[in-house]
Amino acid sequence: MSSPTPPTELMPNLEPQAISSGHEGGLRDQVNAYFSRLKNGEMGALPAVGALLVLGVLFASLSPFFLTEINFANLFVQAAQLTTLAVALVFVILLAEIDLSAGVTAGVAMDVFYLTTNAGIGWIPALIIALVVGAAIGYILGFFVAKVGVPSFVITLAFFLGLQGVALILLGDGGLFRVEVPEVKAIMNSNIPVAGGWILLAVMVAVSAALGLYDRARRTRKGLVNRPITLLIAKTGVLAIIGGVIVYILNLNRSQGINPIAGVPIVIPIVVAIIFIGTFVLDRTTFGRHLYAVGGNPEAARRAGIKVNRIRITAFIITSTLAVIAGLFHVSRIGVVEAAAGRTIVLSGVAAAVVGGVSLFGGRGRLVHAAIGAMVISIIDNGLGLLGLSAGISFVVTGTVLALAATVDAVSRKRSGGSVMRS
Amino acid sequence: MTVPVIELRDIKKSFGPVDVLKGVDLKAYAGKVTALVGDNGAGKSTLIKGLSGVQPYDSGTVLFEGKEVHVHDPRQAGALGIEVVYQDLALCENLDIVQNMFLGREETDQGTLDESNMELQATKALQSLSVRTVKSVRQKVSSLSGGQRQTVAIARSVLRNAKLVILDEPTAALGVAQTEQVLNLVRRLADSGVAVIIISHNLVDVFKVCDDIAVLYLGRMVAQIETKKTNQADVVGYITGTKTYGGK
Repeated sequence: MSSPTPPTELMPNLEPQAISSGHEGGLRDQVNAYFSRLKNGEMGALPAVGALLVLGVLFASLSPFFLTEINFANLFVQAAQLTTLAVALVFVILLAEIDLSAGVTAGVAMDVFYLTTNAGIGWIPALIIALVVGAAIGYILGFFVAKVGVPSFVITLAFFLGLQGVALILLGDGGLFRVEVPEVKAIMNSNIPVAGGWILLAVMVAVSAALGLYDRARRTRKGLVNRPITLLIAKTGVLAIIGGVIVYILNLNRSQGINPIAGVPIVIPIVVAIIFIGTFVLDRTTFGRHLYAVGGNPEAARRAGIKVNRIRITAFIITSTLAVIAGLFHVSRIGVVEAAAGRTIVLSGVAAAVVGGVSLFGGRGRLVHAAIGAMVISIIDNGLGLLGLSAGISFVVTGTVLALAATVDAVSRKRSGGSVMRS
Repeated sequence: MTVPVIELRDIKKSFGPVDVLKGVDLKAYAGKVTALVGDNGAGKSTLIKGLSGVQPYDSGTVLFEGKEVHVHDPRQAGALGIEVVYQDLALCENLDIVQNMFLGREETDQGTLDESNMELQATKALQSLSVRTVKSVRQKVSSLSGGQRQTVAIARSVLRNAKLVILDEPTAALGVAQTEQVLNLVRRLADSGVAVIIISHNLVDVFKVCDDIAVLYLGRMVAQIETKKTNQADVVGYITGTKTYGGK
């Protein structure tokens, strides 16, 4: 493959031909390339970001309370659980599968957490046990889907029903059970010191920029062209500005009483870390690459020697385990466990992922898309709540947004040629 | 005569009472394109599936570069240097060209994907085949035409340093210009020292690009001849069974 092949009579004049990598050209070429990708239907999270801005402006103009510091903090805290669940679901949605039981899995795992902490076990081992319960449920789901061949919709629906029963059996009939763990309560209800918020933001921006520079160095070492560095600077700048605004507002005193309340809620860096680590795994590891491959074309993945079943089972384990963390956030916020926990939120989680631009057809989407989608749904809930509109209206609006997002997904898939030439 | 890259001797395979391969011989040489032709049901697919390890033969000898080998699964075939480019291309449309070419054999550096290394090698592999139809190695496969997809699938075998590449109907779904491009590519692949076997129904293509023609008829190899020494009418005769190869 190293020596150039001699010309043949079929193709007489062969001169070496440069093949580009999409990294060539200045800023203008890169921007043009981005727009042409948009036109080809690769819109990613753009519609969701647009929706987020429109809704933000709309609610800000309709409700004087929307832009207050306290509501800003509330919005982020309220969104944390949904964001984590949506991010969790992305792993199975990328395989064109679904996990309807993720919410109740989290519920059951947190019931176990309640029972073990009540029995005197420390909260850290109890949390590990809860995560293992989640992982075990994920393994069983993955086993049924991958090895037995039961459609994920059906088997997770069965678990959705069955685990509700398990929750009732574990907790007994009805009632709320208070979780007396201050560390758990703190996640959603306490804040990082003001300086800590800035330090964490600085670390995040630095890590992101360092990764970008590391990639460039690797390309340079191989003699490959790099994108203009202004692009990396701009990306880092946007991240720093958005993060800076959020940290700044959250660091303002939002108390309406005498004692000041300020700082980034503890849950936010946890969610950011989950998204960051998850994205790293999806983008930069062999497992992540194989997950996308199986989602795009399982047969091609199998022929390429990828252990498709192992990837499927692992994805279900990740989804269920991360869902337990979403459940932990829920318990932290309301302070109790109940048998009915997690029944309704899972569909919002799927909706969030789809609204953000994760394709239910599999193989396309990123964790940050799901997070943005979760923000859209949370902002609808929050804003309509502030306007005093009924929950009914909120559901109608959320449903409409989801229908719109699913339409965008289907249309862009058609336009990007996803359905044509499919073998 | 040089040692063939692959030599099959007296290969037999039956499915229950049906004898699909009834003692087939085949040779494929480095640097040569060998066509495997035959009507539907002649046993072409079964022959190829045995070579690729998907469906092992019942009996017979497989010699790889003169040494007897037993291929029982696709991994063994891959380890020997046998690559099959299937008719339905086995590419992931949601991934780009580089990602597809390295699928299942990703290069890593300190535990993470070594994208720049993979990109460099993929580009070199495409350039070694003088591919000029592909604009960017970071294009998604969903944006490629059928011919470009074939190109990627064939270039993948170059990347894997295949010694024998088997192409199953590489031009079946392609237009005229794209067929031309893929045939050029096949020729260049062989010129780089790889043994190529093409399964095809299109005799025009076969005569354009192949050095040898092997004809299967109802599970028997009725002829393996140099393309120069025969013509289309004769080959059609062998395929349909209305003529027998005299020189046998």
